[in-house]
Order: sequence, then C-alpha cells, then structure tokens
Amino acid sequence: MLVNLGPSHPATHGTIQVIAELDGETVKKADIHCGYLHRGFEKQAEHHNYHKIIPYTDRLNYCSSLNNNFAYAATVEALLGIEITPRCKYLRTLLAEYNRIADHVTCIAATVMELGAMTAFLYLMTIRDYIFEHLNHLTGARLTYSYVRIGGMARDLPEGWLERLEEILKFYERYIKRIHGLLDRNRIFIDRTRNTGVLSTEQALHWGYTGPILRSTGAAIDIRKDAPYLAYDELEFEVPVGIKGDNYDRYYVRMCEMDQSVSMVRQLIKLLPDGPLNVQDHRVVLPEKERVYVETESVINHFKIIMEGIQVPAGEVYLSHEAPNGELGFYLVSDGSGRPYKLHVRGPSFLHMGGMHTLLEGYQLADVIATFGSMNMIGGECDR
Amino acid sequence: MAYESIKTELNGLFENAGDSFGMLVLELAAENLLPLVTRLKEEFGFALFLDVTAVDYPERQPRFEVVYHFYAVKHNKRLRLRTRVPEADPTVATLTRLYGSANFMEREVHEMYGIKFAGNKDLRPILLYEGFVGHPLRKDYPIDREQPLVEYRTSG
Repeated sequence: MLVNLGPSHPATHGTIQVIAELDGETVKKADIHCGYLHRGFEKQAEHHNYHKIIPYTDRLNYCSSLNNNFAYAATVEALLGIEITPRCKYLRTLLAEYNRIADHVTCIAATVMELGAMTAFLYLMTIRDYIFEHLNHLTGARLTYSYVRIGGMARDLPEGWLERLEEILKFYERYIKRIHGLLDRNRIFIDRTRNTGVLSTEQALHWGYTGPILRSTGAAIDIRKDAPYLAYDELEFEVPVGIKGDNYDRYYVRMCEMDQSVSMVRQLIKLLPDGPLNVQDHRVVLPEKERVYVETESVINHFKIIMEGIQVPAGEVYLSHEAPNGELGFYLVSDGSGRPYKLHVRGPSFLHMGGMHTLLEGYQLADVIATFGSMNMIGGECDR
Repeated sequence: MAYESIKTELNGLFENAGDSFGMLVLELAAENLLPLVTRLKEEFGFALFLDVTAVDYPERQPRFEVVYHFYAVKHNKRLRLRTRVPEADPTVATLTRLYGSANFMEREVHEMYGIKFAGNKDLRPILLYEGFVGHPLRKDYPIDREQPLVEYRTSG
C-alpha cells in the first residue's frame, strides 16, 4: 500500500512529501520529495548586491539565522581580505552559540511534540521564546535578524543585554533539568526513539551527513574543532557524540551540545573585549551619519556602497561554518563587480533529506515521525 | 597525508593544481573525474562528498564549469575539483556509485544547469517540478520569467 505523507501534514514541521510503500505497518520503500519552499536563492543572489543578500541568508535556516548570517559574511570577507575586529569576532561567536541553543531547542521541542510530549514542548518553547525576545531586543526581529554587515555588525549591544543573557542562561539550566527529568528515562519516549532510525558512521558519511546527526553515530567531527574559525580556538568545549546513531542519540547529542553552547557563551561574556565593532574600511563599511551630512566625500562613499554595492575582488572561495544542523557552506564566485557571479549554498538539510529514506525503510510507519523530527529538516535551507 | 602527495601520486589525472584560501584545487578533464575521485576516496580517505554545483560562463568555451568539494575526514583536509563541459554535450560521470549524497545534489545541478550525469538513473526534478521548461540558473534564463504550475487567478 502507498501512503502519502505531506507536503502539508500535521506531524511534519516543514513542507515535504514522503511517499511510503508499506507492507503491513512496515515501510518497505520511501521516496522523499522536497522543493516546496524553493525560492531561487541562488538566482536572486546573482541579482542583488552583497548587503542585500543578507536577508535572504536569514531565511535559510530560520531557526538560527545568525549562524547563516555569519557564515555568509565570513565568505564575502574572505574574498575581500578583511579581518574583523576583535569585539566583532567574539560577539559573532557568542551569538552563533546562543542561536544554536535556540535551534536545538526548537528541534527537540518539535520532535517531542510530534511524539505526544506536550509538557516538554511547552517548557522548551518557553526557553526559545526568551531567547527570541532577547535577540529581538538586540536586532529588532525575533527570527530573521539580518544583523550582520560585511566587516562588522548592524549595531552594538544595547544597555543591559549581557545581564539579561546571564538570567536567561540560568533559566535555561533550570528548565533543561526538567526536560531531562521528563524525557531521558521516560518509557514511552525511549520506546519510540531507541533503535529507530539507526545510522552508522560509514552510512552517515556516505550520505553526506554532518552536524549532530553525524556525531550521534560516534564520530567527533565538528568544524569548530577541526578547522576553528571565529574565536573557537580560544574556547574550552567538548564535542558530544552518541553511541548508536538512533533517534534517542540524536536527541541526547543535541541536549549535550546545548550545554556546551551555554558554557561557551559564558566564556565569551568574559572574553568579549571593548573597542570598535566595525572594521575601518571605506570599501565596505558605511561612513558615520554625522559625517555624511557634512562631507562630500562621505556622501559619495555612502552613495557608492548603497547604489553600486561593495566591490568584491574577482576570485572564488568555499567557506563553511558548523551550523546547528551541520556543515553550512557557501561557494562564492566573484567577477569583481558589486554582485556575486555565483553564490551556492550547501545546506545540510538538503543532504539529510537525500539519505533519509535509508533511515525510514525497514521501520514502522509511526517511526517516520520520530526519525523525521530528529533530522531537524528545515525547509528554508533544504529547498533554498 | 599532505596535499603534496595527492599532487604527486595522482599526477596525470588532472591538468592543473592550485590553491584557494588553503584548499587544494584540481582542474581536470571531465573523462578523468571518475578515476580521480575513486582514487581520492579509496587511497586518500575523502569519505565525505560535500557539494557539487556548476557555474555558467556563456561567453567561454566550454561553457559550464562543474565544481566538486570533498572532505577527508581522517586527515581533516578539503579539496575542490573543477572540470569544464561544453554546452553541446554537458556530460560528466555520476558519482552515485561512490557516494550516496551524489544522488540529490546531481539532481539539483541537472535541473538548474542542464548538466547530464551519465549513469545516474534518477535525474527527476527535485526543487522544481516535472514539466518545468529550461534551466533557471543558466545566465540566459531571465530572472523574471514565471512558470506557475497552477495558473494565477485574476480578479474580475
């Protein structure tokens, strides 16, 4: 029998279609169809200047827009040969880890809700909402921040932001304990997630898996450790790994990663230096408003950056960051003009969907929901 | 394993070796792709096939460049391969026999650029829909050309 799940199904967060061929309740064959959220990111990027692409990158993984923002900005900055200021470097690292917590919380919340755990869902969503409100205070948006600028950030931290951050981290710790209590040894949760959707390291690599899914199979592969970018080489953190690579391990790896992120955020609060946030580079950073009003040179500078866009030297670069879902890579080809000649995104979710049928086949139809949840498929970065 | 040993041992399978921000870049003829990648995977540990995409240069001959990225997990090294294919016969060998991840990514490059992956049996559209005309990421596809699957409703 053929069962069609999606593209719009209450138990799949995200528009995706799974056509499952069943024998009794066992999935014999699964065919994954994605693309329902395709909006031509790469085509749009070729027609926009470098700053105007930033809002598009927000909408890749919209649960952790800052991570996408920073990866994109780092790619452009690499071609420009810009080194960001120390304050900007530490602040980006801090915000990347902070947003990672929000992303993992969302993933776990959605997964457990689909398995019927409403209390855990509400606790986790409370944490997420605190984080989103807090980021809203900083960036002016709850989800799609567009906070980065090439060579810096849109604005500095508001008054009292770091104090509130510590309050939220304490709140997180109190609530995440409850989640551990509710789920870790919960009979129903274990029955649904243990030994379902099992993945080996070889299989994971074969299908191009990265991030928490790859680490849940026991492989400690993490770009933050293997090729440290931003300020990661100065931080102390561990790379949590799983044992079996099943749905339970994927849940637990994400829980442990959030604890690591909290520890990193605390280290970064201490490390965060004072000083300028944006680089002093007329090619990329807008002149101060006061000067634009009184100096001809600054008006021209402002005009050229806005109208022509920043001019990125010809060349090509592939740069990847460890996004919450895995390796988020940007491949940028510039012809020296104000717009990218080609901007390609390697979205981790797209590859995760490419191999998901192997995690569904041989299991029960009900396991599709648990497995799909633990993959954390994000339509924005899958379909681009 | 250093990049140097790749360059010396695989000499002959590629035409040019370069460096891009610390990453080894090999340019090669399309027919050498499969033998080269097979050896990269088996002898040099490039177990993770990260990415494949294409770049369209309408004024160049051959027109398309197909770009691959790989990661050697054990050695923590990344590698880029570049090959050129002409518009008349934009064909490269599929990597689906070596990597499962090639499946979805090749489908995407196929629909977006019209690159043919010889040996890939499943080149159905993936982000677009069946019946979509043309290849939207080619430079000669206008950004404002619309092909709605369902006709737009007009008022009145």
